[in-house]
Amino acid sequence: MFSESISIALAGLKANKLRAMLTMLGIIIGVGAVIAMVSIGMGVKDKVATSIAGLGSNLLVVTPGASNAGGSRQAAGSSITLNEKDALAITQEIAGINLVAPAVTRSYQVVFGNQNWTTSIQGTTPDIQGIRDYNIEEGSFFTNQDVETRARVAVLGKTVAENLFNGGTPIGQTIRINNAPFRVVGVLEAKGESAGGNQDDTVIIPLKTAQERLMGITYIQNINVQATGTDVIYQVQDDITTLLRARHKLTATTPDDFTVRNMVAIMAAADETTSMITSLLAVVAGLSLLVGGIGIMNIMLVSVTERTREIGIRKALGARYQNILLQFLIEAIVISVTGGVLGIALGIGASYGISSIAGWKTVISSLAIVAAFAFSVFIGLFFGIYPARKAALLDPIEALRYE
Amino acid sequence: MSILLSEVTKVYQLGGERVNALAGITLSISPGEFTAIMGPSGSGKSTLMNILGCLDRPTTGSYMLDGQEVATLNDDQLAITRNKKIGFVFQSFNLLPRMSTLQNVALPMVYAGVEKKERLARAEQVLAMVGLESRMNHQPNELSGGQRQRVAIARALVNDPTIIMADEPTGNLDTKSGDEVMNIFSELNSQGRTIILVTHEPDIAEYAGRVVYVRDGLIERDEWKVR
Ligand SMILES: Nc1ncnc2c1ncn2[C@@H]1O[C@H](COP(=O)(O)OP(=O)(O)OP(=O)(O)O)[C@@H](O)[C@H]1O
Ligand SMILES: [Mg+2]
Repeated sequence: MFSESISIALAGLKANKLRAMLTMLGIIIGVGAVIAMVSIGMGVKDKVATSIAGLGSNLLVVTPGASNAGGSRQAAGSSITLNEKDALAITQEIAGINLVAPAVTRSYQVVFGNQNWTTSIQGTTPDIQGIRDYNIEEGSFFTNQDVETRARVAVLGKTVAENLFNGGTPIGQTIRINNAPFRVVGVLEAKGESAGGNQDDTVIIPLKTAQERLMGITYIQNINVQATGTDVIYQVQDDITTLLRARHKLTATTPDDFTVRNMVAIMAAADETTSMITSLLAVVAGLSLLVGGIGIMNIMLVSVTERTREIGIRKALGARYQNILLQFLIEAIVISVTGGVLGIALGIGASYGISSIAGWKTVISSLAIVAAFAFSVFIGLFFGIYPARKAALLDPIEALRYE
Repeated sequence: MSILLSEVTKVYQLGGERVNALAGITLSISPGEFTAIMGPSGSGKSTLMNILGCLDRPTTGSYMLDGQEVATLNDDQLAITRNKKIGFVFQSFNLLPRMSTLQNVALPMVYAGVEKKERLARAEQVLAMVGLESRMNHQPNELSGGQRQRVAIARALVNDPTIIMADEPTGNLDTKSGDEVMNIFSELNSQGRTIILVTHEPDIAEYAGRVVYVRDGLIERDEWKVR
């Protein structure tokens, strides 16, 4: 009986192909939109998460200058309120810390032979390796001894190495940074993009060398701190604030002259925001699916009215309640399921299209596909059942008399 | 398969007004009888046929079909009864458009749960009985009125019911086609099937062995012909 109902329903749809297709379009667009929107949302989420994670885990960054209410720094890095002793104090006095690396950064032209490249020069200590997750691809990192002796050594980011050496080996070569000679001791593994831009476009040199031999400064521009875990990071953040306020002799009413940024907190906030965006996109797209469902109901009601006489004839010939119910319900479900399948194709296609044309990262979620498909089947059932019941409950005599 | 109506009434509620379409019909029809129902327009003939054909239920009274009280059957049981025991022929044919003649004839077997192959074979066979095997792939709108009514009769016969009911089956046909249709009914009757039909035309009623005259929802006369 079920297979009969399917073939009767298909014949019914065939009799009105254009109408069935237009109704289906509502579901195709709805399902497609849900999948594409969720893919975009997940792509944004994924990108934000990896770029923040790329900065290093359990990272706190202390920078000079107060943060305003919005959380962004004023005159970032321009004030000179942090020095190496602050970094040392943090290392010695605060519990729950793995590594501390004070740093200075400035942009310089780097020259090797007839190649030159302008990049950001970071002066820091070897601890930065552990904090930022830097791996050495060739050679080695400089040592604490190099920092103390102000050695003229440099570790190159992948991008810099490629641009200056064109595939040749940089280890042991001498490059010039702002005209001062530096010996290359190591090259970092590629890390890719992060929240701070291309992480491979950098040269790392010992902190004191940078301060004294390159930049001529005594202050530091940021302190990178790695906490021992996410469980203590908020405590460490508070402790650093208290410590630095005391060291900088700030009175209770003076605002902080530094900012401690907690990457875990930023990550959590970003994660929350992107999740919200994803759900919002999914809900809006889901609404279009609902509208598609209402379209199905509308067309099925028209179809039942139009075919009242046919229903009367079928009933007079012995069709039972379920026969008529199934016939119309299957029509609705065929529309919604076919629409759902085509919508999945459209959604996946749109996701690829968006990522290749707009350059956005999209992550196609199998959960979104399953959910959108299940939802479309449900919509077919939900919006099909009322018209189908209406048809199945028709009185045969009245239906036959219908003009 | 006997038919026994006693004190059957049918009341329609039209707004505040009550229409007594049937005012108390008592009628018994034995298996194998050929009965014509006649009467003026609006006298309740179609209403009576619909009740006899299990398309409708009486307001009061009892309808025993084959020893079974129809009033106690639910909608699905009525549908099964219509499907298996009764073949119904309408004045306006009531064939499904966009379906071939063969599919139309096979339709009652769909609801009887007969397999597709068997359905089509049997439908073809029955179409041959009404002389339309050459038209089995035509759609109803490609047939003449007389041919359509023969298709409708084939459809009524396809589940091999013992009772055939027809409400003015020749009402939309010319005399020649009407005679063809009536010859089929006579033939079916001679095979032992019970035939009940409504007509306005005395010529058509001539084919029947019994004529029941209805007026104002009541049986006025009930005549057996002696052949
Ligand atoms: N669905 C209905 N609602 C209200 N009244 C109805 C309905 N069906 C029939 N009637 C009334 O019942 C009475 C009998 O109608 P019926 O159709 O049985 O007459 P009939 O004898 O078949 O007439 P005709 O020869 O014109 O076909 C009429 O007065 C009609 O108006
Ligand atoms: Mg009538």
